[in-house]
Amino acid sequence: MTICVGTTCYLLGAADLQDLENFLPADLKENVEIIGSHCLGVCKDNQYGAAPFVKVDDEMMSNATVSSIIEKIYEHRKGSSHAG
Amino acid sequence: MQDKNDANRMRKELLIRIIKDFMNDTLAEKIDKIPIEIRPKGEASSRCCIYKDRAVLKYRLMAMLGISVEDETDESKSLSAYLADALKRDSFDEKILSVLDVACTSCVTSRYLVTNACRGCFARPCVFNCPRGAMSVVDGKSVIDYSKCIDCGICTQVCPYHAVIRVPIPCEEACPVGAIKRNHETDVQEIDFGKCTYCGKCMVACPFSAILEKSQIIDVLKAIKEKKKITAMLAPSVVGQFPVPLERIAGAVLAIGFTGVEEVAFGADMTSENEAEEFVERMKRGDKLMTTSCCPSYVETVKKHVPGLSAAVSETPSPMRYTSQTLKQEDPETLTVFIGPCVAKRKEALIDVNTDFVLTFEELAAMFVAFDLQFESVKPHEMTRPVKSSGRGYATSCGVSSAVLKEMKDAGREDIPDINAQFINGIDKKAVKMLQMYATGKMPGNFLEVMACEGGCVGGPCAIGKVKLAIDAVKKYADGPGIPKKEK
Repeated sequence: MTICVGTTCYLLGAADLQDLENFLPADLKENVEIIGSHCLGVCKDNQYGAAPFVKVDDEMMSNATVSSIIEKIYEHRKGSSHAG
Repeated sequence: MQDKNDANRMRKELLIRIIKDFMNDTLAEKIDKIPIEIRPKGEASSRCCIYKDRAVLKYRLMAMLGISVEDETDESKSLSAYLADALKRDSFDEKILSVLDVACTSCVTSRYLVTNACRGCFARPCVFNCPRGAMSVVDGKSVIDYSKCIDCGICTQVCPYHAVIRVPIPCEEACPVGAIKRNHETDVQEIDFGKCTYCGKCMVACPFSAILEKSQIIDVLKAIKEKKKITAMLAPSVVGQFPVPLERIAGAVLAIGFTGVEEVAFGADMTSENEAEEFVERMKRGDKLMTTSCCPSYVETVKKHVPGLSAAVSETPSPMRYTSQTLKQEDPETLTVFIGPCVAKRKEALIDVNTDFVLTFEELAAMFVAFDLQFESVKPHEMTRPVKSSGRGYATSCGVSSAVLKEMKDAGREDIPDINAQFINGIDKKAVKMLQMYATGKMPGNFLEVMACEGGCVGGPCAIGKVKLAIDAVKKYADGPGIPKKEK
């Protein structure tokens, strides 16, 4: 998953996501790679909602918080385990 | 550091807007429309209705222009007219914080409340123990007669069901010195500037974000726009505030129009050196205690609430003062802007002739966003002025004392007295009592470091980085090599 740390996302919330790793449940810690990214370029485009933006696999999340990110990761994991 | 919440987000978004519009020369024309654009008809409101939201937004913008909400004499005066006033001013007043009366009416008038947990019991200890006869049982539940209640809290102590709760007024709860109180005529909180220490804790505590800090952003932007020489002085806590190293932050500061950028850490080195010297002198002459003086909120606390300690406060100027003094000596024409996490520095800057403006990290970050600046596309700026690593450690609790102690050790002097260093990490109501005990001379230690914010400056009310991460970042820099002096 990718956390946008462009200036807008950083100021509007990504600063609080920097130590996300410490909040991941044990079963996710091993399996999730957290990448800090330059501006993902979606903040200029209103249709994506509000900063901070986070990408889980290929899905863009707006207004991301620690809990909403964890929920989304579980959702994705479930999806992929069904598929495979 | 402020928790993540809607009020903070709104403040940041407003800041970004006004910076953008000001730099585009469109602020005068647009500023009165901002409240309507943010709360248009037909969309959700945060308060009772969009009209109240708009009124609150107007006053928030007023404070961002650096004008006290309390100074309003004509309700119909437009924001663009206030902007014109802001552009004309050349000084600031002491009313650094401002209470937004429209937003502040929502806290309870009495602190005690009987909840549903009340069983209307047979023993009725609340009725029996109330010293004013304010408690009675109506329809099987205890009821408080607020005209008699004196807020003593005995009912909460005696209820076996914990059914009577104490409802705090967050700003009063947070204020360490009782400087914010309700004006019973207007039902709005009022700040007594004779008592206020500018710590900013009320501002952080208020869930309605009704306490505003008066910004100087317009004044700084104006100077940038007029292409004046203007130097940003970055407080030592800066390294924990952005997700990039210091050189990139400095590069970004230059990219948005500052003509110079310096670390306040070099002023901190001067503070450490002189404070170490002062300590040795003071102990020689028989003083029992010396305290640090770099935290302006602590200095105000002593001045207004613990006068008995004022003789013990170090007379050595703060890092900000040394930094701005040095810069003004090098170039009297340059304007100096202290950028930090602190409300009280605005007050210190009023008496420091060399510091022209004070901005917060939040305002700096909003400038980066408004200028559409991304760190990765910024050219890093190599800092060249020699800085000791210990000066960079000033922003965390214990950082100042360790810098001063190191200075004494490094001087290799023989006449160094035994040092017993003590710390007060964050000034709350208890800490003020502790300080009063220090003033009586009954506390241990001969060197006392005091920081008004918990964790040190990194925990300041206008910081944006997570405190824990910021402490790590500052410590990493403080353990690093610093910038050595060049050999001649």
